[in-house]
Amino acid sequence: MKKLLRDPRTLVRDGLDGLAATHPGLLRVEAGPELVVRADAPVRGKVGLVSGGGSGHEPLHTGFVGFGMLDAAVPGPVFTSPTPDPILEATRSVSGGAGVLHIVKNYTGDVLNFEVAADLARAEGIDVETVLVDDDVAVQDSTHTAGRRGVAGTVLVEKIAGAAAERGDDLETVAAIARGIVADVRSMGVALAAPVVPHSGLPSFDLADDEIEIGIGIHGEPGRERIPWEPVDGIVARLLQPIVDDLPFTSLDDVLLLVNGMGGTPLLELSVVLDAANQWLSDRSIHVARTLVGSYATSLDMQGCSITLLRLTDERKALWDAPVETAALRWGR
Amino acid sequence: MAGLTADWARDWVRLAAASVAEHRAELGALDRDIGDGDHGENLDRGFTAALAKVQDGAAGTPGAVLRLVATTLISTVGGAAGPLYGTAFLKAAEAAGDADTLDGPAVAALLAAARDGIVLRGRAEPGDKTMVDAWSPAVDAAAAAAAGGAEPAEVLREAARAAGEGAAATEPLVARKGRASYLGERAVGHRDPGAASSALLLAAAAEAAGSR
Repeated sequence: MKKLLRDPRTLVRDGLDGLAATHPGLLRVEAGPELVVRADAPVRGKVGLVSGGGSGHEPLHTGFVGFGMLDAAVPGPVFTSPTPDPILEATRSVSGGAGVLHIVKNYTGDVLNFEVAADLARAEGIDVETVLVDDDVAVQDSTHTAGRRGVAGTVLVEKIAGAAAERGDDLETVAAIARGIVADVRSMGVALAAPVVPHSGLPSFDLADDEIEIGIGIHGEPGRERIPWEPVDGIVARLLQPIVDDLPFTSLDDVLLLVNGMGGTPLLELSVVLDAANQWLSDRSIHVARTLVGSYATSLDMQGCSITLLRLTDERKALWDAPVETAALRWGR
Repeated sequence: MAGLTADWARDWVRLAAASVAEHRAELGALDRDIGDGDHGENLDRGFTAALAKVQDGAAGTPGAVLRLVATTLISTVGGAAGPLYGTAFLKAAEAAGDADTLDGPAVAALLAAARDGIVLRGRAEPGDKTMVDAWSPAVDAAAAAAAGGAEPAEVLREAARAAGEGAAATEPLVARKGRASYLGERAVGHRDPGAASSALLLAAAAEAAGSR
């Protein structure tokens, strides 16, 4: 294993120190327990937004703390949910009297730890709502699984709910907007090479040089199928078809298209994916009204990408376009 | 034979911590097969912390010791196992109440409360390939033993035996909860790591009672 680190045990902490040094006016990093909190938190009268989960997906969630997005992010160990204590502390830190929204990716560990923290926060008199994000169409959602996983669609939930909170919507409204996004966002990913997990120093799965895995999660969980590599247009069709079929997205829909890098894929290739996806959607008269391309919900150094589509309304467009200032997303301010 | 005291609970934590440390790599390997590979490491961190907390001896009842274990596990384990085991120990502590000693039926009730806590938090049923598949037969065996007038140590031995069998019986199952559920048929043939660690914890409880 070759990685830029001091010690796998201090990796998350050292990275947080770097984040704090880069954005002193935007956020602060607290040490006990480890949290990233918006510099001016708690904002009086504003709904506080808290997200979190295992580390290794940066900039999700720590890079989205700031104006117009998250008020706090709780980073757990690599690929492991944080415990309820820091989630509770984050909830207290951002509670400005208007309640707190927990945005939680649908993984058993995250769900349970946020649930315990929400119970404890409510016992202290803080109004907490929880939104579970489960946008990954690769997983069959049935009573026979833990349900769909939360992946890159989480970024869109955090941005749009964050804008709603920033304009002064109350907790019930912000939660409803966030749930509306969850209902209308779908994602699917592909891996070209597995991530190497710092603690073990080993790839999290084995993939031959000429193989790709379609439907991969963001922790190296298995996908739908393993196939030989093929040119990008074929791969993009394999990702978009199940996304479009699932909601379903139909012709004349306005959509936001997010092409998300998994951590080890160059922006040049992601731009090619965006071009291919744009063409595929245009051929079906699905109108791409907004785009975002870059590495936002990563899986350490995994090579590959995910594609996310969100059905847009005028309100969602306005909230998407609203000013945001975070480490990883910033415009309009 | 007298009932089980706070010293039993402390011994349980000590033996559980030792057992988890000894089987840390094995639990990690089971978890890597069908999960994300951190179960051994997370539990080791949690029980090491719990042992440090209970060793000072201030907690005077079994319930007080178990409550300390619960809050420590919730704060230190993470993943799904932290809230699940934390809730189990919390419910066990509530069942133990402020009694100084626990007889056979009290031990059986404590285990049933722990199992109910896991079911409540994780929403899993028997056969879902989770720790419930170790706890449910353990609770049934403990209840049967207690109803037959068994001493607490015997109740725990029966529970541990049944938990071990229950953990082994998860191997042919398809997982319906947790990360292993994403694997579908590919989880078949692998033992559930949570059921395996549950069996270790109940074996430690029995060993702690037997050594007194």
